[in-house]
Parts: sequence; C-alpha cells; structure tokens
Amino acid sequence: MLNFPRWKVIGIWAILAFGILLSVPSLLPPSVSEYLPGWAQRVHVNLGLDLAGGSHLLYEADTADVARARATLIEDTVRRALRTNTPPIDIGEVSTSGGQLSFVVRDPTQVDAALQVVRDATRPSGFGGVREWDVSNQGNRVTLRPTQAGLDNAINQAMTGAHDVIDRRINALGTREPTIQREGTNRILVEVPGLQNPDQLKALIGRTAHLEFRLVDLSVTPQQIQSGRAPIGSQILPYAEGGPGARIAVQRRAIITGDMISDARQTFDQQDGRPVVAISFDGNGTRRFARVTQENTGKPFAIILDNVVLSAPRIDEPILGGSAQIRGSFTVDTANSLAISLKSGSLPVALRIIEERSVGPDLGADSIRNGIIASVVATAAVLIFMFLSYGRFGLYADLAVAINLFIIVGVMALMNSTLTLPGIAGFVLTMGTAVDANVLINERIREERRKGRSVIMAVENGYKEASRTIFEANVIHVIAGSIMLLMGSGPIKGFAVVLLIGIVTSVFTAVVFTRMLVSQWIRRNRPTEIHI
Amino acid sequence: MRLLKLVPEDTNIGFVSMRYWAFGITGLLTLLAVATVWFQDLNYGVDFAGGLMIEAQFPQPPQIQQVRDNVDRLGFGESHPSPFGDGRVVSIRLPVPASADPGAAAAEASRVQASLRAEFPGINFTRSDNVSGKVSDELIRKGIIAVLLAVFGIAVFSWLRYEWQFGVSTFVAVMHDVLMTLGFFAITRMEFDLTIVAAILTIIGYSINDKIVVDDRIRENMRKYRKMDMGPLIDLSVNEVLPRTVMTSITVLLALGALLLFGGHVLRGFSAAMMLGIVIGTYSSIYVSASMLITLGLKAEPPKAKGGPGRRSGPQNESYDGAQV
Repeated sequence: MLNFPRWKVIGIWAILAFGILLSVPSLLPPSVSEYLPGWAQRVHVNLGLDLAGGSHLLYEADTADVARARATLIEDTVRRALRTNTPPIDIGEVSTSGGQLSFVVRDPTQVDAALQVVRDATRPSGFGGVREWDVSNQGNRVTLRPTQAGLDNAINQAMTGAHDVIDRRINALGTREPTIQREGTNRILVEVPGLQNPDQLKALIGRTAHLEFRLVDLSVTPQQIQSGRAPIGSQILPYAEGGPGARIAVQRRAIITGDMISDARQTFDQQDGRPVVAISFDGNGTRRFARVTQENTGKPFAIILDNVVLSAPRIDEPILGGSAQIRGSFTVDTANSLAISLKSGSLPVALRIIEERSVGPDLGADSIRNGIIASVVATAAVLIFMFLSYGRFGLYADLAVAINLFIIVGVMALMNSTLTLPGIAGFVLTMGTAVDANVLINERIREERRKGRSVIMAVENGYKEASRTIFEANVIHVIAGSIMLLMGSGPIKGFAVVLLIGIVTSVFTAVVFTRMLVSQWIRRNRPTEIHI
Repeated sequence: MRLLKLVPEDTNIGFVSMRYWAFGITGLLTLLAVATVWFQDLNYGVDFAGGLMIEAQFPQPPQIQQVRDNVDRLGFGESHPSPFGDGRVVSIRLPVPASADPGAAAAEASRVQASLRAEFPGINFTRSDNVSGKVSDELIRKGIIAVLLAVFGIAVFSWLRYEWQFGVSTFVAVMHDVLMTLGFFAITRMEFDLTIVAAILTIIGYSINDKIVVDDRIRENMRKYRKMDMGPLIDLSVNEVLPRTVMTSITVLLALGALLLFGGHVLRGFSAAMMLGIVIGTYSSIYVSASMLITLGLKAEPPKAKGGPGRRSGPQNESYDGAQV
C-alpha cells in the first residue's frame, strides 16, 4: 500500500495540477479572466440564477389546444377532399369537440365512398409515417379520432416550433445568454440571467401573436351578434376598439395571415402621432392584399390578433404597396414588443406560465458574498480542527481537502455546470465527506498504533481498512446523488451535481493523495514513532 | 505538540444495555414528531404550497403590521409577512390566485409591488417566486419519490452487501431520521421548501454513511471475534469507532455552523435542518440501527461466512471477557 513508483507519483500530481488549472478561469475576477484566450474562458462555472440574479419562467402548452387546432385543420382537409371528390359528397352536423372530428354523410349510399376518401386524405405521408387518425363510422356518422402517436407527434412539432419562436423573440430583445430548453413533453423553460423585471419578456413570449386580416361580415345582424350565434362562414369576435364587451362579426376566411409578414416594426402614426406597428407583406401577401382591397373597396376589414379584433378600418382605396399599419391602444413599448412577436412568427400553441422565479441582482450578489464568506470560514474551521487533532497527518488531510475544493470547481468548469445556492451547500457536504474519509483513516492509524503495531504496519493497515469503509460509504452517496440527479428538480439537481463530482474527487484526494504524501514522508524519515 | 483528542482512548460505554430505554424514548419522540406533522402540518413554502412569494428589502426595518395591512388591503388573501436578518428584508406570501387566468399571479405580484412601493419609498424587491398549484403538486410528489427511492435504494444496498438485518435496521433508523427532521420543521414552523428536501436527502446520505461505518466495524469484529456475544461485540464496535464518529460529526457541524451564521437567510433553513440531521443521524446509528441488530437476531456467525474452525458454534455459548486479541 505504501509503495509508490515514480510514474504513479508524477501521475497523481499531474491529475491534481490539471484539476486545479481547470478551476483557474472560474476563480479569477471577470476583469482579469477576459484577457484569457477564448478556450480558457469557455472552461468556467456558470452561476445559477439564484446567485447571479435573473428570471426563471416555466411555460406549459395546453395540449388540448394542440388537439383542437389539429381537429380544425383536419376538418378543412376532409371538407376539401369530399367536395372535390367525383361525385362530391355532402356532409353535415360537423363537430370538432374533444380534438376529434365527426360528421354525418347526408346520402347513406355514399358512406363507403366517404370513408375511402377520408382514409386517403389522412393517410400517413411518406414511408414509415405514423397513422395520425383512426377513422370509424356508426351508420352514416363518420368519426376521426386522433391516434396517440399522431397527437404526440403534433405536440412535439408544436413545441419545437414554439421553442424556435421564443428563441427568436428573446434574441430580438438582445438579452444576454438566455437558456431556452424543452422540459418533458409540453413545457419550455426560459432562464434569463441578470434580468430582474421580467414583465417585458413575459409580454413578448406569452403572446401567441396570431395575426389575421379578414373582411368584416356586414350581412350579420346586430341581433345575431348579440346572441353570439354566427351564420356559417363567419365568426363573432371581441372588438377592442368598440369599448368593453363589444363584438363584431368577421368572415372565417383570412385574407392575410401572420406567415405572410416579411417585416414588422414600431413607428408613429403620421396623423395623430400615436405609436403603431408598421408591417410589410411578402410577395404572396402583397398580391392577395392588393386583390382583396381592389374587390372590396369601401368595405371594412378586421385586423385580428389572437382572436381579438384590434381595429376594423374601411378600405378607402386598393392597397397595392404591400404594407399596412396596425393601430390600437399601444405604448411605444407594447408596439415594439408586438412588432418583435409578429416578425418572429406566431406561437404554434398557446403557452402559459406555471412557475416564475426572479432573483434581484442585489440578493444574488449578497448570496455570493455570503456563500464565499461561509465557505471560507467553514473551510478554515475544518482545517484548523483537523490540524489540532492529527498534527502532521492533519496537515496532509488539510492539503487534500483544500485541493479537493479546487478540483471540484475545475471539473464543474470542464462540464460547464451551473453553480447554484444548493450547490454551495453541496460543497459543504462534500467537504464533510472528504474530512470523514481522512478522519476514518487517521483514527484507524491511531487504533492500530494502540494495538502495538509498528508505524509502517499501522499506516498500512489504517489505509487498507479505512479505504474499504470509505468506498462503501461513498457508494451510498453515489446512489443517493444519482437518485437526486434523476428525480429531483432544479435546486436538488444543482446539489446532486456538486455531490457526485465531489465524491469522486474527495475519495481520490483523501485516499490516494494523502497516502502518497504519508508514504513519501515515512520513506524519507523512517519514523519509529508518530504523533497522531 | 499535544494533539486534540475529544474522546478518550479505549472507551467502554455500555450502549447496548441502554437500548430498551433508548428504544422507548426514540419511539416516543418519533411518535411525537409524526403527530406534530400530522396535526399541525408543515409550513410549506411556495414550492410546495403554490402561490406567491415576494421578498422585499426596505430602507429601514418596517412595522410588520403596516406591511401586512398594506398587502391585505388588496384582498388577495393573508400575506404572512415575516422579517429576516436585520429586519429590513421581509418576505410576503400569498396563496394561489383563485382565478383560472394564468396571468393572474403575475398581475397580483405587480399590484402588491406597486402598493408597497407607494407606501414605502425606496423599497427594493429582491426576489419573487410564483408557483402554480399544478407545479407545486408535482414538486411534492417528486420530492417524496426522491426521498423514498433514496432510502430504499440504500437499504437494498446494505441488504445485498451485508445480512438482511443490516438492511432493515438501516431502513428503520433512516426513516426515524427523516421523521424527526420533519417533526422539527413542524414544531419550529420553519419554512419547508425544495432546499429542505435537498437537506433531507443529504441527512439521509450522511446518516447512512455513519451507519455503514458502524456496521462495517461490527462485521469486521464478527469475523475477528467469532465466539463473542452480539451485545458486547456491538458495544466494542461502537466504542472503537466512537472517536471517528465524534470527530466527523463535530467537523461537519463546524462547517454547517459557519453556513448557518454567515450563509445568509437563504441558506438558513438548510443549515439548521442539516445540523439537526447530523445529530439525529449520529444518535440513530448507535441507539437505533446498531442496537436493533440484536433485536433482529443477527447471529455472530453469518451463514454466508467462509468456513473456519468452530464456525457452527452458537452465539450464546461463550461470553465476552473484554480481552482484545
């Protein structure tokens, strides 16, 4: 146990030196570390939001919303397929509740043909595509139920889309180093360091920004609007400019949708100087808008954002230039964030905040300062105590514990881990286990000495017996740490990461490194008595 | 230089003979802890209860009643303001908004902030959390599962590694530690949040670490002194590792004490839970898990042990004479 060949000694020192070196960029103050080469700057420990300050927003998508949108989409597909069939198949009593589509084929002799058409229309695309709808009929009522695979697929696509949209919106805001990641099936976590007041961010991300231009349906009577029952082909929506509770009837068909917008920016109205959003259409949008405004000059059209009619201006003349203005009760800020939302595309699914945490930079700085003071005091207390208890062996243990702390930082930096407040607590526990390992060894050596063993035998046995216990105890910590890492959420994970790294490094420094120091000392001095 | 020795060498404390007293007292305390948690419930933080938490730093320590009146006037529910540290930092809690509107919580938060800002100029909002009921339910479930899994995983490990008695006694002792810690939080009304779950997991880890050390020594002595009775053998083992147990506990308590004093209010609950857990865990290694091994009928000679002279002799046939080989 006490024999260390030269290559081993060099190897151990090299590992320790490498670990300590890795920790350097993270420990230097930012004013110094910016002069380091780029690769060295990248090897650093990130500070969690609780230390650096910032906002943490957890969004959840309404999966029922995705199912509903899909049902509406498939309704269009099915209607078109049945209408263009020869002979056309007439259907009625269409309902899209609960994410499934069901309708009645009016001519009972056409049910089989209708089923065939619907099956063709919903056939999975491409080789190995997943069947997305189960088509069944009961008499002449045909029902399309979404398959779980199809729904999962759609949710996944919607979430991927939502992730991209959020990414574009946050980047447009120019925020530094945001983290945007998907969690589970239908959640997105957004973390923005350094941002104390997330209101603007929330307004930006939370808006679906589903923009549509549609013609106002003038044929609908006020009574119908009052009752809320719209005739086929039109829809009754809230009307923002008409005062509280006002509603307006619009056509179902959209002239322009959000994906036809090529640019959007905040500007001021030339007449009254109020903030507005100016938008430009792409080629397709320009053509369509020109055609519709030519055909409907003198009639009003509605600008609809997220199912609310913002305004319903009259078309005074055909608009051929491919641009328009969105008016509403905007401030410069809200107009600006709407412009960003429109330009980045609409969210494919509505998101809502289910968890929000923000930490001010003052508290973060306080936490860092407190954490550092506490760690320094804790470390100093432990080191002094160890030295008083074990003398020279205590000093070796102290060296091991101190190096251990640096190496943990180094490994975390290499993995680009995030240090959180619970992570600092993890440091304290790791130091505890590192100390425990050293205590186990030294107490064992004391014991062996009391039993009358020679110095070399006592040290040898001490390390051998204690190593077994240390190994077993640390397997336990690995089990606990892994469970925390797998099962735990945010803060628990931060704790587990430090714990797991610390277990490995502390066993190495406590068992291997101190043994090397002790054996070298014994070989040089051949002591016949040790103070321990 | 004289080295510090906290525990005199060769202690010979009869831990095992006190075990019936210890079981009785431990059982009573655990029952008390469970009853307190049951009837009084824990003071859940927003992580587990859901709702809003706003932490504000005032220029001077405010009258808590004034803060409470200010927030309660808004009609969002009871605000439970509680001061921290020098009294300038106050945390305000509000229940989950009754409205189903997802934006309701955020709107409440900004109205509370505006209202406080109007009455206390110079106020600085240092932290705000809002957690929906759905997320908090998940966090509770995940927390409980994580703790149970950790305890089970570790008990299974000790069972596979040693005899089943070690697995059972470790499980019972660790559950005792967890329940006592929960009881502590129920009695003190300290806030119970996610970091406390991390603390409990750490306590479990530490406590089991301690039990492994004791169990390991018992196993070692079982091989060494094949004919010794379990009672004296456990006493001998516990006494042998006593210096290490005390030394490690005190070192970790020193580190945690520093965290408690200097770590700021965010880490206070964590450090307090950990310190208590260390004491409880150390106690339960000796008086719960080690003493229980006798009750569970651990034999001095494990059936799995490799053969040797006299290995079939019963545990009771020779008494321990206190000699060390």
